[in-house]
Amino acid sequence: MTLPTTLDEAVAALTAMPAAVPVAGGTDLMAAVNSGQLRPAALVGLGKISEIRGWQYLDGHALLGAGLTHARMGRPDFAALIPALAAAARAAGPPHIRNAGTLGGNIASAAPTGDALPVLAALEATLIVAGPGGARREVPVSHLLAGMDVLRPGELIGYVRVPLLHAPQVFLKATGRTGPGRAVASVALVLDPARRGVRCAVGAIAPMPLRPLEAEQWVAQLIDWDNNRAIVPEALSAFGEYVAAACIPDAARGEDGTVPPLPPAVLHLRRTVAALARRALGRALS
Amino acid sequence: MSNEAATVQTADAATEEETGPRRGLGASLPAADARAKTEGTFPYAADLWAEGLLWAAVLRSPHPHARIKSIDTTHAREMPGVRAVVTHEDVPGTPVLGRGTADRPVFASEVVRHHGEPLAAVAADHPDTARMAAAAVIVEYEVLDPVTDPEQAFEAEPLHPDGNLVRHIPLRHGDADAVGEVVVEGLYRIGRQDPAPIGAEAGLAVPRPDGGVELYLASTDPHGDRDTAAAAFGLQQDQVKIVVTGVPGATADREDQSFQLPLGLLALKTGCPVKLAATREESFLGHTHRHPTLLRYRHHADAEGKLVKVEAQILLDAGAYAGTSSDALAAAVAFACGPYVVPNAFIEGWAVRTNNPPSGHVRGEGAMQVCAAYEAQMDKLAKKLGLDPAEVRLRNVMATGDVLPTGQTVTCPAPVAELLEAVRDFPLPPLPKDTPEDEWLLPGGPEGAGEPAAVRRGVGYGLGMVHMLGAEGADEVSTATVRVQNGVATVLCAAVETGQGFSTLARQIVQETLGIDEVHVVPVDTDQPPAGAGCRGRHTWVSGGAVERAAKMVRTQLLQPLAHKFGMSTELLQITDGKITSYDGVLSTTVTEAMDGKELWATAQCRPHPTEPLDDTGQGDAFVGMAFCAIRAVVDVDIELGSVRVVELAVAQDVGRVLNPAQLAARIEAGVTQGLGAALTENLRTPRGLIRHPDLTGYALPTALDAPDIRIVKLVEERDVVAPFGAKAVSAAPVVASPAAIASAVRAATGRPVNRLPIRPQAAVVTSN
Repeated sequence: MTLPTTLDEAVAALTAMPAAVPVAGGTDLMAAVNSGQLRPAALVGLGKISEIRGWQYLDGHALLGAGLTHARMGRPDFAALIPALAAAARAAGPPHIRNAGTLGGNIASAAPTGDALPVLAALEATLIVAGPGGARREVPVSHLLAGMDVLRPGELIGYVRVPLLHAPQVFLKATGRTGPGRAVASVALVLDPARRGVRCAVGAIAPMPLRPLEAEQWVAQLIDWDNNRAIVPEALSAFGEYVAAACIPDAARGEDGTVPPLPPAVLHLRRTVAALARRALGRALS
Repeated sequence: MSNEAATVQTADAATEEETGPRRGLGASLPAADARAKTEGTFPYAADLWAEGLLWAAVLRSPHPHARIKSIDTTHAREMPGVRAVVTHEDVPGTPVLGRGTADRPVFASEVVRHHGEPLAAVAADHPDTARMAAAAVIVEYEVLDPVTDPEQAFEAEPLHPDGNLVRHIPLRHGDADAVGEVVVEGLYRIGRQDPAPIGAEAGLAVPRPDGGVELYLASTDPHGDRDTAAAAFGLQQDQVKIVVTGVPGATADREDQSFQLPLGLLALKTGCPVKLAATREESFLGHTHRHPTLLRYRHHADAEGKLVKVEAQILLDAGAYAGTSSDALAAAVAFACGPYVVPNAFIEGWAVRTNNPPSGHVRGEGAMQVCAAYEAQMDKLAKKLGLDPAEVRLRNVMATGDVLPTGQTVTCPAPVAELLEAVRDFPLPPLPKDTPEDEWLLPGGPEGAGEPAAVRRGVGYGLGMVHMLGAEGADEVSTATVRVQNGVATVLCAAVETGQGFSTLARQIVQETLGIDEVHVVPVDTDQPPAGAGCRGRHTWVSGGAVERAAKMVRTQLLQPLAHKFGMSTELLQITDGKITSYDGVLSTTVTEAMDGKELWATAQCRPHPTEPLDDTGQGDAFVGMAFCAIRAVVDVDIELGSVRVVELAVAQDVGRVLNPAQLAARIEAGVTQGLGAALTENLRTPRGLIRHPDLTGYALPTALDAPDIRIVKLVEERDVVAPFGAKAVSAAPVVASPAAIASAVRAATGRPVNRLPIRPQAAVVTSN
């Protein structure tokens, strides 16, 4: 176990020991270690790297350190900046998990139920990845989650660049219980008034967050951006159905030309996504 | 001045009244170990240590059903640090175990019958080495198709030499041709609840120089476990000693024997102490679960809603081994109609073997599953007749003197109507619109997706009954010893403190009888006489009764010489605060003086009146006593997402007599919350016989946010004359009634049938199409 104090030291440590595994909050990693599924040869602890534990402003964006904990992101000052990410952080489990788990860890684990992921997808966040020799490269979060661009040996997620949109954002999560639990489905929705856009991502129902792009464009033109962002109420339900059908399509047409019904559990999931998307848009525009 | 003094006195008197007595029966005496448990210094089995100990690991089957072609332990034995590997070939004695029916091999030899069945165990000098060595045991399997649907078990090839049918009870009571004007039918499914003890299984086995072995375990049935262990080890009973360590949670049979026996075998083989601390996954794979149950019901009633006949078919999935399934089936069949007067009942009950993980004793076994079904039927009946759900229940509730479908007359207090009326008439919790200043916790929780406009509130009822003590002729007996020396009393009784509060109760009984404040309860081991397993309220009744008798005998020994000296009978003397005084207060002495340096001992037994097995038609006086509980549930349902939040559970319970108010309230709250888990989230899923998500993230126990406000509305103290102190067991009845009440409330909120537990969100969604 090594405890570097800068990002570049951590990268150097990982490069020197290719078998080492980086660990931040350890809320996913240590569970795998304890259950014997993972036996890392060495650990590189990221907890002492102060440069990635805060955030800074950069040309209308926030540069979030990958070591930000969920507890920190859930606080009011952060919520004023990026409300949906704060809401996702507050919903990300019981307090002891939120105190330890980090933003970078949520991305690196890339669990389908990672609560920050749909928010980052909706915000079209970009990762700043630190590589050997002080190298920095940018990777869109969706590329990493889709496996189009993976972290190379020795690389670490250093920062997450998120646009500051100065408009309502919503994150909603259905768990099926009142206490903390993993998402059955989640929806992140952000408004981008400067570009008159709505961006939405659905989490937990697929290996990575899904973006219903057509539904976003369709609903953006129904919003009266100059008049308090007004919208006809029927459009909210239609948007919900649109998002749900885009993310959970009907089964393929059978040979006789009929569409077989979805299994009840899938149908319920589709209804859940529709309700979440409708509620999210309603709250963002209210 | 005098006025002020008077005021102070009144205030003192008021305080005394509010706080109740500080000792003896009826006092809220705190548990002696409460502080240590809160501070984390209380030693549980997982904290044990011995010089030079080895670590054990158990190899478990990854298949639910397979023929074992060969087991090769060569590689495991050759690993550095490995000291012993044991398989079925190394069991010197009786190679089967199991509570109730012993039909479960210590290690599988020819066939594996469920996922997680033990095949071999390893002792090594490090837990990781032991685990890796267990994984290095090469087992060649011929994988077989698992039988996972209990309905298929009747037709399937026998999974076990004893066949697939564990027990069949065809209960026939009354006139089969009776028909009612109104008939309601339903099919209900109850899931697999896991006891999920917070402390996973752990233990330490220490070999003895005489060839015996001592097992340090969190057993709830030390003598039963000792007998099984001695038989398996091929030893005499006095060569095996079980020392009970701190029990970290026991809502079911604790410390599964499939952990204990490998541990003892390894200690005997290596001659070293051997420790095992199960991981959460092993814990889920190793211990038994609540019986998943399929129930089919038909209720006949007249136009006024009075029940005429109940027909039911009840199928319990025993899993791979019978264990205690026979007892669970007896409870399910006997209480299939609930605490209602039913003149004609025809109940077919079966318990069958499958390749699912074995089921066993969990609080309220059998009774909880049928309660969910018969209360759903009562809701259907109310709907069909256009009656209030509470009203249709009130028209049918039983009372003392009524007859169960088993032909047994209910002789104990059965204040069912009083309980139901108490919860029905208790004020409903305010609606959010009435208390706008309070933050409203929506279904889905804080930061959840709940939308007030989509939330519907529902109110439902559950009436549950359970039996106390072992049934059908089980010999229920407990022995206790009370010793007094130097003004301090000591209780020796092998009744295990599982968290149910027995040791606190034992202290209170001795305080009450002997007037001595300082009472200690000695830790339990099998050198003490047997007290039976800690379940079905046994210890409050049988062990509490034994402690009281022993204390009374000590009292007589203490007072006899004094009474003789004063020329009066012992009944005219009383002991309080260590002082002995006569009834008129004239004569007085201290306990220490009366003892005169002597040591007083007395041992007594308590054995309740015998019961009889259910006969070929399910008839017989099978139960010693019964307890009843009524619960009203208030739920909020988000009808679009199907998420349910239980707002409040109001409980009224038949307790006989309150012996410790604080402990009683805690037991009811714990029972209600376990029922809440069974109603909403707890279901160990086993697709194709394989346990999925054996961890506490996948298996969702209720948290503080899930738990509702629990209001104990009424405790009916009608003493049960045959029970010691007149007290009834309290833990199981709320477990039985609360799932039914919650399902009933979700039914009221959504109008959906809700015929499956736990309630899945899609069953609580209201769709327009």
